[in-house]
Amino acid sequence: MNRREFIATGGALIVSFALPVWGQKLPGALDKEPLLDAWLRVGADGRITVFTGKAELGQGIKTAILQIAAEQLAVDMNAIELVTADTALTPNEGYTAGSNSMKDSGTAVLHAAAQAREILIAEAAKRLGVPAGELSAQAGEVRTRDGRRVAYGALVQNELLHVRAAPQSKLIARIADRKYMGKPVARVDIPAKVTGGAAYVHDLRLPDMVHARVVRPPSYGAKLKSVEMEPVAKMAGVLKIVRDGSFLAVVAAREWIAVQAMRALRTHAQWEETRKLPRDVYATLAQLPSQDSVIAGADAQPPQGARLLQAEYRRPYQLHGAIGPACAVARYENGALTIWTHSQGVYPLRGAISELMSMAPERVHCIHLEGSGCYGHNAADDVAADAALVARAVPGTPVRVQWMREDEHAWEPYGPAMITKVRAALDASGNVAGWQYDVWSNTHSSRPGKAGELAAAWSLERPFPPSPPRPIPQPEGGGDRNAIPLYKFPATRVTHHFIPEMPLRVSALRALGGYMNVFSIESFVDELAGAAKADPVAFRLRQLDDPRARDVIRFAAERFGWDAYKKQNGRGRGFAFARYKNLAAYCALAMEVEVQRETGELRVLRVVAAVDSGEAVNPDGIRNQIEGGILQSLSWTTFEAVMYNDARITSRDWGTYPILRFSHVPLAMEVHVIDRPGEHFLGTGEAAQGPAAGALANALAHASGVRVRELPFSPRRLRVTLNA
Amino acid sequence: MISGVALLTALAIVTGFSGCASRGAIAPGAQPQSFPRGQVAKGAELAHLGNCLGCHTAVDGKPYAGGTPIKTPFGTIYGTNITPDADTGIGRWSLEAFTRALREGVDRDGRHLYPAFPYDHFTKVTDEDIAALYAFLMTREPVRQENRTNRVPIPRAFVGVWKSRYFTPGVYQPDSSRSAEWNRGAYLVQGLGHCGACHTPRNKLGAEEKDAAFAGGEVERWHAPALNAASPSPVPWTVEALQQYLRHGIADLHAMSAGPMQEVTHDLSKVADDALRAMATYIVSLDTRSDAERRQHAAAALERAGKMRAMQGNTIYDGACADCHNRGRAEEGGALELPLGTALTVPTPRNLAYIIRDGIVPPEGERGSWMPAFAGMLTNEQLTDLLIYLRALSGQSAWPDVAREVRNISRGDQ
Amino acid sequence: MKLDVNGRAHEVDADPATPLLYVLREDLKLNAAKFGCGLGQCGACTVLADGEAIFSCITPLSVVQGRRITTLEGLGTAEKPGPMQRAFIELQAAQCGYCIPGMMMRAQALLEHKPAASEAEIRAALQPNLCRCGTHMRIVRAAVRAGELMRGKS
Repeated sequence: MNRREFIATGGALIVSFALPVWGQKLPGALDKEPLLDAWLRVGADGRITVFTGKAELGQGIKTAILQIAAEQLAVDMNAIELVTADTALTPNEGYTAGSNSMKDSGTAVLHAAAQAREILIAEAAKRLGVPAGELSAQAGEVRTRDGRRVAYGALVQNELLHVRAAPQSKLIARIADRKYMGKPVARVDIPAKVTGGAAYVHDLRLPDMVHARVVRPPSYGAKLKSVEMEPVAKMAGVLKIVRDGSFLAVVAAREWIAVQAMRALRTHAQWEETRKLPRDVYATLAQLPSQDSVIAGADAQPPQGARLLQAEYRRPYQLHGAIGPACAVARYENGALTIWTHSQGVYPLRGAISELMSMAPERVHCIHLEGSGCYGHNAADDVAADAALVARAVPGTPVRVQWMREDEHAWEPYGPAMITKVRAALDASGNVAGWQYDVWSNTHSSRPGKAGELAAAWSLERPFPPSPPRPIPQPEGGGDRNAIPLYKFPATRVTHHFIPEMPLRVSALRALGGYMNVFSIESFVDELAGAAKADPVAFRLRQLDDPRARDVIRFAAERFGWDAYKKQNGRGRGFAFARYKNLAAYCALAMEVEVQRETGELRVLRVVAAVDSGEAVNPDGIRNQIEGGILQSLSWTTFEAVMYNDARITSRDWGTYPILRFSHVPLAMEVHVIDRPGEHFLGTGEAAQGPAAGALANALAHASGVRVRELPFSPRRLRVTLNA
Repeated sequence: MISGVALLTALAIVTGFSGCASRGAIAPGAQPQSFPRGQVAKGAELAHLGNCLGCHTAVDGKPYAGGTPIKTPFGTIYGTNITPDADTGIGRWSLEAFTRALREGVDRDGRHLYPAFPYDHFTKVTDEDIAALYAFLMTREPVRQENRTNRVPIPRAFVGVWKSRYFTPGVYQPDSSRSAEWNRGAYLVQGLGHCGACHTPRNKLGAEEKDAAFAGGEVERWHAPALNAASPSPVPWTVEALQQYLRHGIADLHAMSAGPMQEVTHDLSKVADDALRAMATYIVSLDTRSDAERRQHAAAALERAGKMRAMQGNTIYDGACADCHNRGRAEEGGALELPLGTALTVPTPRNLAYIIRDGIVPPEGERGSWMPAFAGMLTNEQLTDLLIYLRALSGQSAWPDVAREVRNISRGDQ
Repeated sequence: MKLDVNGRAHEVDADPATPLLYVLREDLKLNAAKFGCGLGQCGACTVLADGEAIFSCITPLSVVQGRRITTLEGLGTAEKPGPMQRAFIELQAAQCGYCIPGMMMRAQALLEHKPAASEAEIRAALQPNLCRCGTHMRIVRAAVRAGELMRGKS
């Protein structure tokens, strides 16, 4: 039974479509889905179900939402069942992305739960004839002062919670009153993950399920000229070969047979390939036509001042590279399709799949189950499309498809290659007198919503072309995310050069352009501080007004021991700061590195970070996200670049795309959370990547005396650059 | 080892000490001065060519600061600090002292150096190249790190005896009957590259057997294959293939470089192509077999490689190896057909056993082909069976007592 | 084929060349060992054979017949977690968690051989395993903690 049906059978038929609320804006995602019972329901038996359209990606969102709901409903966390992203059950919250889950869904649940609690208390007051002010909610009951109790379940008749949310809520806000919010509550998903429980879509085993593998084309746009299917069709255990144009897949009863059959099929396939990958991507990006928009300081003049400095920074294509390749299970039965997926957006995926399959959206049901690490738009949607296409060829039988390592490396949409150029002037007192910043980038979102965003759709006999790429508008921004400095630089002019044509497939990778822009800005701010003979931390502080920004910077510097730092040969310290998207969490960090000039080996010794995520619902969850963001960024920044020749991607495994291993993990890392109870939740999952890259660049420059402006700082590059 | 010392003692008595005494000290030179950029860059390339880091940098140590244990049959010698630190490195060494060390095998104080430092090769290096190396080393970051005391029960004086018998100083003399490229290759291979230090067998006193040059030797318990007409390479080397191998550690129809050679090819990847080509030219010329014989040899190996795909082999191979090695490199994820593998052809199963156990993994943060480590997966008996089976693929006679080698290796023999 | 997994004997009908990973997941319905690369490069599939950590994705059934296989499921359950599992829960050492079972098994192999292994030894032992979420600091701390729990420290 889906949510609409549930409502319809509750008694009188009630119009349950959300009408726009004129006037005051509702908090968080309530503004889009204002009905309280879209977010939570109390059964007659007292069972509480909370719904979120956001998905668990290992970021701990389930736990944080349960903490919020339990706190505001005054029930035990264990008493709540949480339903996440499911097109039949939960609100449509688009994508779980942009570090927006707490801001959108967390805020919605916070207010929905608080308002539901007050409605339950008011209902109890009516029934008991006691003023509401004399009642309290505790452990799933409303209690009077004289010890009478009414269970929530007994209060919820007549669609009690089927009401529109109010703009204001009476929140349980006092720290002393709180049981869950602000506490490092243990994550609810971890026990299954560390004991072999079924935790991922990869672990889903449906009765009679079969396995499929797709023979992906060897390169972008390759056409299947011919394929000899017979020898593979005859292999024991092979059930079916599916071909639609250049889309080629094989179904087998067992997974290993599917893998072997896919490889065999690959050797029997002839492809026509095109050779059009760029030889020098930076030269190519500079030449491709761009749509230019001035996103800050339209009237500002080019910088003029006592001293003019400029620099150019480069970032290569980089992988999401989840450890587990993408996976999906699909079943096509009686003209309806069910897909279990780790997509970040079950509703947009439903839209894309229904177009791909020419089915009505109502006939497609997408259910989120966790996948291996999600760092943006990876192959989750693509593999769901593969599973859907194959499932239709074996009606009634559930099909599990997992990509191979080489599929994931060669076909996932990468984080885009980018170029930034910055020019700035220093005045006589060593402050920035003007700042001109330009960023060139492809799109940072080619997410589905349309069939043309699914890899399989390009290969079909009747292909779906990709939708025209679009920039993500400010204030969030895509390639220009975080391109506007938070510093109070006068005469700032920032231009986004959006390049529609994509030499390689790209989309959202954690922090989007924020990673590169913060790397560039924070590198250049250090270069300016050096030119002004100023301490990098002091230089930042004297050009920043935002008190919360100043707080994280001072906190990180102090805990690192910035002022007392003694430079040793071959070692150096670096600092960087950003507020993610200029509207989410603040993060500052300092690190110490060691570099070997001869070998080009760069090691991070110690990192100290400070973060302000507004009200900290789960401080340990925030620390975990920041630690992860730092380490992932160290991996990107030190090692990572996708390699390719004129036709094919040549980074096809972890040997040809090396990433961080334990030998390069810092010896020590501290993350300090500055809690701000009562402040808005600020997204944290992408707050550390940019600052970590900036601090690493600055520490490398301090250690070696050489400023490296092209990523990554691989041993190969450093051997050359540091000895040039 | 005992017999080596005894022999050396006897030799000392027979030869007497005349002519092999230590040399005088050379006064400390000025502290490191500046050098032309081009000279330093040239020195850097030469340092890579000579794999100086290999002996002069300890695991996790500072580059060129020494401390690397070098295990010889005569005891353990530690690579010395060759950074320009004045007290613990070579900061007080003048160019003259540095040149004398390479040319004559004595330190600045005039003491004999143990021949673990391959001055029997470095003596061939020209003054110009030595000066470039000197410029490079003197511009490195000085590292204060005391040298470790060698554990060799042989007095330095005996080294003098050894040198008088086995060491001929002198710069490389070109062979006018050969091309300039050949001569350059010979100069680099015999000199700074010191290839013979591993690839030439040594006598009981640790000296290279001059009349068996490049006939294959031992290093760190690995076998360094012969480079002359006895080369065991299934497909004989061509200049192009060897140049590719020296640059990338991998070449078509040949196995990846492994073991001690991996570090060498990694270093050589930083050396200019013309130098590598010259080296390859010279090394390939050492294989004096006729072209017809070489072609026949290659054809036979390629035939075995072809046959193998159809071969119903050992179940371990089928499960653990065939998944990649039966597909060949042309296929996605495929690897070299094992009849083309060098490790199957050398006189000992150790190379192959180490490769199976540890895999061949690119250096940290570098890109490269990847053979996974199978450590722990196979029991000693299974590994023995697999080695015997693989050896048969090479078309060569069986290895003696594979089981014993496998047991030794599993007991921690590195 | 006869397999001894987590102390129980299993009879499996599969080709002897099938990698152990697929049999653990498909025939024995065990979830912990994960497919990551199929190339022995990432360690997500790590299990123990006679106490040694191995990549189950490249280990054929033929070589592990009759040997003692241990997967993460063999170290305890969600209700009764073993020391390694208690340590990972205590330190909240997971983000997406996909790599974690492999990490835990590699740490287990080390600590079974050497219960008092140092942090440096733990880091070195974990080198073959990749984590993409950046949970490394917590993984190391949890493995150190597991050693303490195994040695009876609470």
